[in-house]
Amino acid sequence: MSANLSAIFYLISGVLFILALRGLSSPETSRQGNFFGIAGMIIAITVTFVSVGNFSSGFTYVIIFLLVGGAIGAFIAFKIPMTAMPELVAGFHSLVGLAAVFVAIAAFINPQAFNLGSPGTIKLASLIEMSIGAAVGAITFSGSIIAFLKLQGIMSGSPITFKGQHLLNALILLSIIVLTYFLCVSQSSKLFWILIAISFLIGFLLIIPIGGADMPVVISMLNSYSGWAAAGIGFTLENTALIITGALVGSSGAILSYIMCKGMNRSFFNVILGGFGATEQSSKNQNKEQRPVKSGNADDAAFLMKNASSVIIVPGYGMAVAQAQHALKEMVDTLKKNDIKVSYAIHPVAGRMPGHMNVLLAEANVPYDEVFELEEINNDFANADVAFVIGANDVTNPVAKTDPQSPIYGMPVLDVEKCKSVLFVKRSLSPGYAGIDNDLFYRENTLMLFADAKKMTEDISKNL
Amino acid sequence: MEIDPFIFRLSIFILSIFVGYYVVWSVTPSLHTPLMSVTNAISSVIIVGAIIAALANNDENIFTSSSLFGYMAITLAAVNIFGGFLVTQRMLAMYKKKKKDK
Repeated sequence: MSANLSAIFYLISGVLFILALRGLSSPETSRQGNFFGIAGMIIAITVTFVSVGNFSSGFTYVIIFLLVGGAIGAFIAFKIPMTAMPELVAGFHSLVGLAAVFVAIAAFINPQAFNLGSPGTIKLASLIEMSIGAAVGAITFSGSIIAFLKLQGIMSGSPITFKGQHLLNALILLSIIVLTYFLCVSQSSKLFWILIAISFLIGFLLIIPIGGADMPVVISMLNSYSGWAAAGIGFTLENTALIITGALVGSSGAILSYIMCKGMNRSFFNVILGGFGATEQSSKNQNKEQRPVKSGNADDAAFLMKNASSVIIVPGYGMAVAQAQHALKEMVDTLKKNDIKVSYAIHPVAGRMPGHMNVLLAEANVPYDEVFELEEINNDFANADVAFVIGANDVTNPVAKTDPQSPIYGMPVLDVEKCKSVLFVKRSLSPGYAGIDNDLFYRENTLMLFADAKKMTEDISKNL
Repeated sequence: MEIDPFIFRLSIFILSIFVGYYVVWSVTPSLHTPLMSVTNAISSVIIVGAIIAALANNDENIFTSSSLFGYMAITLAAVNIFGGFLVTQRMLAMYKKKKKDK
């Protein structure tokens, strides 16, 4: 196949990838979009096979490895519980990163295969692109591994900080640039390996100071990185499909990070520099005066809801942890049988990744047109009878609107306190991720339900 | 003077960033998780590089150091491609509209 013809096919697959993302603008078109994506991928792979034109025994191995990887991927995709989606995505990012590193290494060892010159005399532009691809890929890999471990709970979600951390990171980032320069001058393979090793290290160091609840930003950011890595490799291989895809994924991840940061009213750098939630300990202990809290049981909650005409559910990460989405849906079904209007309010940073809560509710068969974003529903709290907060905390804290001293001041929050009554399911009075007390606990109209989210929801259903 | 092909690729890259910017803003927030899994899958198109690396050799020496990296990258990317598209499909199948009231 001529180079021009294959370039056109790569362009087609790039366009199909754009359509795949475009499809996600509404759930109706999204499934079709996914098929565009699959078609784009099949075209890209087939064209590569044909244009390389080597169907020797090496080809058999390629197919074998492809199928082995594919079988593993398919197995994971079918087995993974929806609550583990953040871990899965972080894990997948790490694979893209590592694959980018491997391709860059292969291109460095055997540049003839990619038409980039011969070892020792690789074209300057290609070498720079290769180094960028390898470095960003390595950062994506080790960063995603840390994110994965934190999300999985293997590693503690609390930030790991030490003195001189930012200085060290800055020095390492600087040394990556310097190394790339010397690599281009000397073409030394030793420098190439050092570059990759340092990039792995910095990926690791960049993510350890970031706390568990900031993971939505981290995952989106790593998503973006995996795109830039792919684009870097795309330039090296002079491949349009990869360049287009890299740019799409890169900007997609960047936008998601932006949305997540805005949802917390924090700057991107504030999140990335990390350590949030660890410094608040001292101020927390100071004002530990005992304030009266009203607490109730499932019976009280059922009574309140039965007499309501509209209920708004506010789910959060705690719902995912307790796997309470199905029990919640059952409770809502019972409420609806009693002609009570129920809707769901989702804060942009609820859960551990963008859209986490929406997927869980969808899994529990909640129709997506009953689920609303913060701006869509925030005015409705004033007219609703009951707000049922399940597993959310900081995103409902009225302090964000009233106390300029608070670390979460200015963060957009759900106006839960405007409801006639608030039911707050929580295991204890402990503060949320931001380390601050939730003022909502002590409000007149709040009834605390101290229990596991799933168990409490089931008990309420029984009492309805 | 002739224009370096690099400039053309750079143009494609920059324009794609803009396309990505507008397309992603139009994605409904409730589908942000599928968005991440599908971008994951499509960024594994990096597999084309892995295939070129793996198939660079003739029959006598299939396994050289560079082709081995190619094979490894193929496996990793394949996990992502199949896993990414299938898990997206599984998620999207769950998004249902409210049944019409009788």
